[in-house]
Amino acid sequence: MATHAEAHAGLNYLNHTRGLKSWLTTLDHKRIGLMYLYSVLVFFLLGGIFALLIRLELFSPGQTIMSATTYNKVFTYHGAIMVFMVIIPAIPAALGNFLLPILVGAKDVAFPRLNLASYYVFMAGALFAATSLFVNQVDTGWTFYTPYSIRTSTSVILVLTGAFIMGFSSILTGLNFIVTIHKLRAPGLSWSRLPLFCWALYATSIIQVLATPVLAITLLLLIAERVLKIGIFDPAIGGDPILFQHFFWFYSHPAVYIMILPAMGVISEVIPVFSRKPIFGYKAIAYSSFGIALIAFIVWGHHMFVSGQSELANFVFSLLTMFVAVPTGIKVFSWVGTMYRGKLRFQAPMLYAMGFLELFTVGGLTGVFLATLSVNVHLTDTYFVIAHFHYTMVGGAIMGFMAGLHYWFPKIFGRMYSEKAAKWGFGLVITGFNVTFFPQFILGSQGMPRRYWDYLPEFTWLNRLSTFGSWILATGLFFSAYYLIKGAISGKEASANPWEALTLEWQTPSPPPHDNFAETPVVTTWLYEYRDQEPVVSA
Amino acid sequence: MFDRMFNGDLPLQATDVAARWDSLYNFLVWLSVFFFVLVVGGMIYFAFKYKNRPGLKPKYITGNHTLEAIWIAVPTVLLMVIFAWGYSVYHDMTQAPSDAYEVRVIGKQWLWQFQYDNGKTTIGELYVPMNKPVKLIMTSEDVLHSFFVPNFRIKQDVVPGMYTSVWFEAKLPGKHQIFCTEYCGGSHSGMLAQVIALDEKQWEDWNAGKKLGPIPVAGRELTEADLTSAAQAEAPKPLAEQGKTLFETKGCVACHSIDGSQKPGPTLKGVFGSKIELADGTTITADENYLRESIEKPQAKIVKGFQPIMPTFQGLMSETELNALIAYIKSLK
Repeated sequence: MATHAEAHAGLNYLNHTRGLKSWLTTLDHKRIGLMYLYSVLVFFLLGGIFALLIRLELFSPGQTIMSATTYNKVFTYHGAIMVFMVIIPAIPAALGNFLLPILVGAKDVAFPRLNLASYYVFMAGALFAATSLFVNQVDTGWTFYTPYSIRTSTSVILVLTGAFIMGFSSILTGLNFIVTIHKLRAPGLSWSRLPLFCWALYATSIIQVLATPVLAITLLLLIAERVLKIGIFDPAIGGDPILFQHFFWFYSHPAVYIMILPAMGVISEVIPVFSRKPIFGYKAIAYSSFGIALIAFIVWGHHMFVSGQSELANFVFSLLTMFVAVPTGIKVFSWVGTMYRGKLRFQAPMLYAMGFLELFTVGGLTGVFLATLSVNVHLTDTYFVIAHFHYTMVGGAIMGFMAGLHYWFPKIFGRMYSEKAAKWGFGLVITGFNVTFFPQFILGSQGMPRRYWDYLPEFTWLNRLSTFGSWILATGLFFSAYYLIKGAISGKEASANPWEALTLEWQTPSPPPHDNFAETPVVTTWLYEYRDQEPVVSA
Repeated sequence: MFDRMFNGDLPLQATDVAARWDSLYNFLVWLSVFFFVLVVGGMIYFAFKYKNRPGLKPKYITGNHTLEAIWIAVPTVLLMVIFAWGYSVYHDMTQAPSDAYEVRVIGKQWLWQFQYDNGKTTIGELYVPMNKPVKLIMTSEDVLHSFFVPNFRIKQDVVPGMYTSVWFEAKLPGKHQIFCTEYCGGSHSGMLAQVIALDEKQWEDWNAGKKLGPIPVAGRELTEADLTSAAQAEAPKPLAEQGKTLFETKGCVACHSIDGSQKPGPTLKGVFGSKIELADGTTITADENYLRESIEKPQAKIVKGFQPIMPTFQGLMSETELNALIAYIKSLK
């Protein structure tokens, strides 16, 4: 009953102990989640600055602000930071850590110490990778394709070691989440009542645990080849460069679902709450996450249709890839179905969820183009691919993250941001995003290759439009940072359940007490029962 | 508008495969428009219709198995059709006719080299006959590259240590752009070349070693500028200017700047007669023999601060071409 006393004393997870040390050594999943959140946002800023530099260089053909050598480094860091240090940890490690235990009605994750260790392992890896910025910046692209990555004189090993270490953090977090969902669910919270965000994190965790070791092995082999000159991937010493691509995509394809599944989970939470209706097709959405996770492991070869892979392999990978669209379609249709005959409220989380639907639909449909064998041949390695994966990774994962951040903001900080500012921010972000990336589909279909520092004059106006869009997008994001920071510090105090939602995190004060709940909650109904608004939690 | 934005701007249809490719692509564009309107249009329609207002009662719906079955079945069938169509065009793209004319392609940082049956070798320009299948047998001397001709809708990675191949049958005469589309370091975006598709007469002339007339960019008429430059090419021109043309077509420009700006290779601005500091610590004055050696045996003397990455041009340039190129380098003050 200590928590009762705590609540009376106005104590919560933020203020129940004080001082830097109490944060750095905390075992509280909420504080660890918050530390992840801050770290990821700093990396997001860094990766974003690199993105702006890329767009600025491409404002005109030829040299605009930097040499080709510098440009190659800039796009490498943009990609590597955004993938390994922002999108992969953004939702699972930051929002997931904060929310998963509360959503299942637990006091913490299954292994709190391991959870803290995951954070430090992640930061150690990030530090390694960041050190290379000051040593001899890498210019391989985030994909590290061999034999270029073996022959370049830049500090590939530092960055690979960083990615290798960060991989362990990803595996440990995944493991922690799987055990938490299995063992720590509150009484009455059966699998068929589990919030869809938890289902999504569960599917994500499985991929993290099973796929990440392959990346670790691949990176180790690459380091071994560079240091010990063992011929694995470099044909000059007897290796096979295409083997590297198989290994790399065996991890990195499932990894794109590590990035998107949690975002889909967020959307599945937000849409019913703001539609005042149960989620449409709960089971189909939950199972489709596993459908996607399963297919994720058997489609890696679609990144390699023109690599020199056999025609038979291309046939099989193209066929299998088509099936990704089926469970993805189920989700998208179900979200729109949830809005049907609802009572819709358009606060910031819902706007971002709708933004997600718009952008992810474009990203998904253009994915079908790329899955189609012959169509892929012309479009692969052009700006069409760049546009496609930004629509899914930024339009999907980052919009999902923004939806989640706005949705859970009052819970995390106990304060509200300005709703009016958030609407403006959203308007800028969605406009900026479309202006930046839609022209890139056209550039790609016209044949402009990716990773080009210089381009033919006929590509100029679309590149300029895209660069112009990047300024709008950046303005939107900086503005969002401003009103969110302001809200966290001096926003008006949030109630326990400002959105009138039914899931467990809203049945405890904002911000939550150190132990999450005064007493272990008991769940008596499905958590999407937006029918009569009766309490679903009884003490 | 959508149609114009995508299809109207596709590259030229210079092969039959390109025409088949475009039909499939257009089908996908329209199918995407349909589904985009269905999903996003539906969302926006609901947003207006069911906007929160007093008295609006949400309806309790948890799902609908019929609808779910439809949105599983319809996409699955459509996706299988798309797959089969896609594979059928791909099959045409990859199966070269057995009577195809073969050219060997070598990619290296950062130029394309072509070897023909008649013993000729060209850099940066791939000469092929029109209306005849051409098969390229490709490899790389260093890292991965990728051979991409947008007008033909073909692309194939070029891999060191093995051969990959690609084929096409050009239906339009003139120059078609070649890009490298697999990131290969420093001057990746400078690794450009042209397919020169020749009609029967031109093809015979080229094989016989005769001079070709002016060749336009595919799909365009010859312009005044083309004719003037061709006329200038016919007329004797200063040696240094001949060297400039070689500098731009043989791939030198990808790595060497002429204005002192930074590229993967040393700049050639003011190089002639200057003192060059080498990687082994010695210093040498750049004279004709040094320049010649650096072109033919680039690994012999490496300039301090640069990587030994330049390919050899030994046997790829005649004495007159070497003279012209060196004259041009001397002119870069």
